[in-house]
This record gives sequence, structure tokens and C-alpha cells, in this order.
Amino acid sequence: MSVLIDADSTFIVQGITGREAVTMTRELLDYGSKVVGGVTPGRKGREVHGVPVEDTVRAFTEREQIDGAIVAVPPAFATDAILEAIEAGVKLIVVVTERIPRAEVARAVEYAAQEGARIIGPNCLGLIAPGKSKMGGIGGAADATRRAFQPGVIGVMSRSGGMTTEISNALSEAGLGVSTAISIGGDAIIGSTYAELMPLFEADEQTQGIAIYSEPGGPMEAQLAEHIAEHGSRLPVVAFMAGRFMDEMPGMRFGHAGTIVEGRADTTADKIARLEAAGIAVAERIEEIPVLLRERLDANGSGA
Amino acid sequence: MRLYEHEAKQVLARHRVALPQRTVATTADEAASAAAEIGGRVIIKSQVLTGGRMKAGGVRFAESADEAREAAEAILGLEINGQQPMGVLVEQASPVAQEYYAAVTWDASAKRPVVIFSDMGGIDIEEVAEQHPEHLSRTHISNLRPFSDFEAKLAVSKVGVTGGGLGRLSRIVAALTRVFLEYDLTLAEINPIGRLEDGSFLALDSHMDMEEEARGAHAALLRDLGVADEDTRQARPPTEFEIAGAQVDAADTRGVAGRVVEFDGDLGLIIGAGGGSLTLFDAVRSAGGRPANYCEIGGNPSVAKAAGLAKLVMSKPGVEKIAVMMNVVSNTRVDIMARGVIKGVIEAGYDPAEAITIFRIPGSWEEEGVKILDRYGVEWVDRSVSMHEAAQRAVAKMQEA
Repeated sequence: MSVLIDADSTFIVQGITGREAVTMTRELLDYGSKVVGGVTPGRKGREVHGVPVEDTVRAFTEREQIDGAIVAVPPAFATDAILEAIEAGVKLIVVVTERIPRAEVARAVEYAAQEGARIIGPNCLGLIAPGKSKMGGIGGAADATRRAFQPGVIGVMSRSGGMTTEISNALSEAGLGVSTAISIGGDAIIGSTYAELMPLFEADEQTQGIAIYSEPGGPMEAQLAEHIAEHGSRLPVVAFMAGRFMDEMPGMRFGHAGTIVEGRADTTADKIARLEAAGIAVAERIEEIPVLLRERLDANGSGA
Repeated sequence: MRLYEHEAKQVLARHRVALPQRTVATTADEAASAAAEIGGRVIIKSQVLTGGRMKAGGVRFAESADEAREAAEAILGLEINGQQPMGVLVEQASPVAQEYYAAVTWDASAKRPVVIFSDMGGIDIEEVAEQHPEHLSRTHISNLRPFSDFEAKLAVSKVGVTGGGLGRLSRIVAALTRVFLEYDLTLAEINPIGRLEDGSFLALDSHMDMEEEARGAHAALLRDLGVADEDTRQARPPTEFEIAGAQVDAADTRGVAGRVVEFDGDLGLIIGAGGGSLTLFDAVRSAGGRPANYCEIGGNPSVAKAAGLAKLVMSKPGVEKIAVMMNVVSNTRVDIMARGVIKGVIEAGYDPAEAITIFRIPGSWEEEGVKILDRYGVEWVDRSVSMHEAAQRAVAKMQEA
């Protein structure tokens, strides 16, 4: 098994005729993802790499099962596209669009919760169940994706798209591999946080451990620490904390929209302390992540 | 993007929140005549984009125009947390019977705006939250249902306010919430709200932050407030080097060469992407290196953009070497990055083999990239060398030199 998607998941691409979406669709098809349709208003009847284009999401959901939607439309239209997918009954929406205002994201996320749908992102590269399927630009071209993301036992969650690949690559090279990797997005408000995704990995038999990439800003690491302290976890968790230099530079924004030190709780020092207090190991370097995970898997007696 | 107190108060005034009589002054003489016009006791407040004004001596009272001149003189020359004030706010000082706190901000865990209210205003609100939790209320607002006045009333009533004060305070909190929602603020705070002896309420100080992404949507408001497009409102104003970096990014729409930030070290950095840059900057520092700059390159930039950034960094006084490093990339072409940085280094008058300490960008078109790097004798590593190892290699070369 894997988390959120598997080899049979069907999905559509909203904004499929955009330049980057066309490339992404090619890469998804090459990887074996089941992209069954695309939506661009006014382009009904066209095809993108053989994928049929419709004007509306409902045009697809009224005739077949659609498991997910990738939203790849400009920021001004993104919220509307998300709401359209949720209203049409799609339960997994991956939003790759950057620079959507916070209030709009929050509105879409609350509507999704009400309708029992899940949003990943925005401002993310999507997710991948290696060897099965991927949604979003994660990994890039199919051969590059296969190289960096090999099937395995570690679940990856990352606020940075690029670092999702870097960490997954390190896990693949170390022979541990990846069960599912999720680029959760770099904005201050996102659809799914570490703590919200943890139960899915807990329930996934393939997953034996978790690697997370985090940054200064926001309460997401504190939330994860609290979640694990409260509920415990069968999965060893190893975190990597970037942007330690930002602790000395309050008020300066680096990296992603959500990455800023405004209060003490935003600093990497505070986050590291909270994670460690919850029993989460914090790696100093990327190459330590597989080492720390393997130590913990061995201690757990996992077969990895 | 933070607004000055006087700007935040203009926003409140538009929404009919009662405020003390006030004037912005940029010279001591202006402050004196403002004080004379207001009459009686005035408060002179430094206009800076940082907290801690009171502690730093940036807030003073004056009983006369002469005292106001003297206070303004001192405050205008006072740097607070490294910031020079843009002016002072001269305000009528009123005797206050009680102070309250009101703020609206985002709760990223609940993913909703939260209204925070307290009847213990004027002091550090985190302290109130810890030591007097019964004096502080948190009220979340729906993202879907339109905001309604009763939610402000709930926030105020939760701490035990009743009688005539409830309605008056609720109106202020409702206005503050509408300001937060209408202008895409990430923080709208009035601290304190003062209750005067006659039972009326005034917003005595205010702090507002607008979401960076929303600047375009609120251009009209920002124009009215006199906030210029190039006014970044970062913790410090941009340096010439940083302005030049932003120009490199803006000159070409393909890819990103963003957030160029100047540091005072000697190793130039061409790094990416978002999270990769944070990781690599830390890696260089922990290896003992001294970065000359921070930047974020990614999204498949053109040769021109990569060259422009490399040339800019190499042209910085004191920089003779750069490190070119990214995380494993998905959509950025390695060959284009290689071509770009080599071009930029040559244009800046350096030999790429000498100037580029290390090139570590694993990803698509890597073989073509490597051919170019080999042709110019540039040391490169692939993904078998970690980001931290690559940074160490670059720093070691700096120390050899």
C-alpha cells in the first residue's frame, strides 16, 4: 500500500493547457500515472498528449470515478478551481499554484473539510507513491523521478518541494526507499500539515518510518510534536531543520511564504527543542537522515 | 509588510474607529507646531517598523510646544533595533481609566482567523496569556460564513465585559476584524484600546501587517497611505546589491533568481531552490564559511538570468569565488545553469576554473552540463556527494586560497 494514491488512482489536471501543465502531464503519463482528463474552460474537445480536455470538472465526474485533481491554474483562478473540484465530488486536490492569498486558501481548506475532501499544498510539487503513481511535478521527468524515488519503507513530508526530492534521493541511495513522499507546500496556511498526515502513514503497512523537512515559521512542527507526544507513534520520525541562520534575523523573509521568524516559537531552536522533547531525532545533515532512521528501524526490529 | 502606526491608524479611521487627535511630523519644528495646535499634553511617538519603542526611549510626553520640539528632536535621532524613524506621531494624550487589547491574526493550526481580546491591555499579551488566561479570549472566525458583529461581541463578553462598554468595545473589535479581512492583513492589532474617564474608547496604538502577496490587490489603499511600490518594508531597507539582484530577477520572466540578500562574507553563493537555499546557507556556515550573499535560484531560469546573478555576485567587492549548489532538481536544467554561471563569471572578468569552487546541481540534462563544466575545468560533483559535503568542499577551497 501507499498513502493517498496508488497505481489505480485516476485524476484530472485543471489548467492542463498551460505551458508548464502540458510538460507535467507528459511526465505524469510517462511515469504511469492515470491522468484521465484535463480542464480548461473553452477548450473542450482538445487533447493534451492524448488526454481529453473538458470545460468543467463535472464533465468528468458525471461519467466516471475521479480520485484526484491537480490544480495548476494561475493564482487568480486557483481558489475557484479548487472549489469546483470539491463541489464535483473530488476527494483529493493537489494545488501546485503559488502565491494564492492566505484567506483564499483558508476558505478552500474549510470547504474541503466540510465536504470530506483533502487538499495538499498550495505551493507544492505534489506527491508520489514510487513505482505506482505520482500527482504533480514532483521528481520531474519520469526517468529522473525513478532514480530519486525508489519504492521502500519511509514516508517523506516536506515543506520544500526540492528538498522532498533531495531527501527521497538520499533514502533511495541508502537502500531504504520511499513509501510515499508528500510535498506539503511552503505557505503559511496549507491543506494538510505533518500532524494531519501522520495518521495516514500510521495506517499504511508499507511505511516503517518518517522523514520530515522543516523550516522556521509557523506552528506546524509544534503541532507534530504535540500530536506524537499525545498519541504516540509506531513510526520512528527523523526531522531535518533548515534555515537555522534565520534565528538571528527576525522579520526577514527567506525561502517560502510561510518562512519568517516573528516570535520565539518561529525559531529553529524552539522547534528543534519541541521535536526532540517528543522523541523526534533532528538530523544536522541530510545524509544523517537515513542513518538515524536505520538505527531506529533496527531497534524496532523492522525488517527494512 | 508592516504598516507604520500612523498608517494603521488611518486605516482604522476609515472604518470609523475613534482615535486621538494626531499629526505626523518629520522635523522637530513640525512636531512643535503640531503640539501647539493640539494643545495640552501630547505624546510623541517614533514611527519605526519595530516593537520595543517605549523601552528604547522612542515614546515621550510633552506639556508644551517647546517640550514637544525637544522630545521630537531626541526621538528623530534615535535608532531603534537598527531602524531610523520615518518621523514622529504627535498625539493628544488623554487620561485613561482602563486599557484593553484587541487583535485579529491567522491561527495556522486551526486555519482560521482568530480574534484575541483582553481587558488587560498595554502589557505584553503573551504574558497575559500565560499568567491571566481568564483575562484573554480567543474566538475563531469562519472562512465560509460572512463575519457578523456577534462574533466581536462574543470575544469581548468572554472576558467578562458587560454594560455600556460591551457595545462600544464590540464595535471597535468588529471594525478591526473587517479591516483584517478586507485588506488581507496577517495581523491587525490595537494595543491598547483606552477607556477614558467619560466612558468613551480610543484606539491608542495599532500594528498592522499586510500579506506580501496581497499588495497588488490593495494598491489603491497603499497609494492613499503613500506606500511606494519599491518600499519593501523588510526588517531593514534593501542594499544596492539587493536592488540589483531584484533587477536581474525581473529582467527575464523565465525561472527565479529571487531573494538576493547581502551578507558580509567572501564566498558568493548561487544556491537554490527555496528549501535548498536555506539548507545550503546553513551548510556553508556550519563548515566555517562566510557567505557573501543569500539567493534562491530555481524554476528553470534562462542562461541570461543565471549569468546575470553570477556576474552580480562575482562583481561584489571582496568576492573572488562562488559556490553553485542546489538540491536534486526536477525542472531546472543543469546544462543551462552551467552555461549561465560560466558566462556570468567570465563576464565579471574571472576564470571559471578558479572562481567556481564547486558545482553541485544534480538533475535533468546533467550529462550535457558536465560536458560544459569539464570544458572550462570547473570542479563538479553529482548526487553521491551531499549538500553539506559540497559546501565543505567549497569552504575548504576558500581556506586553501
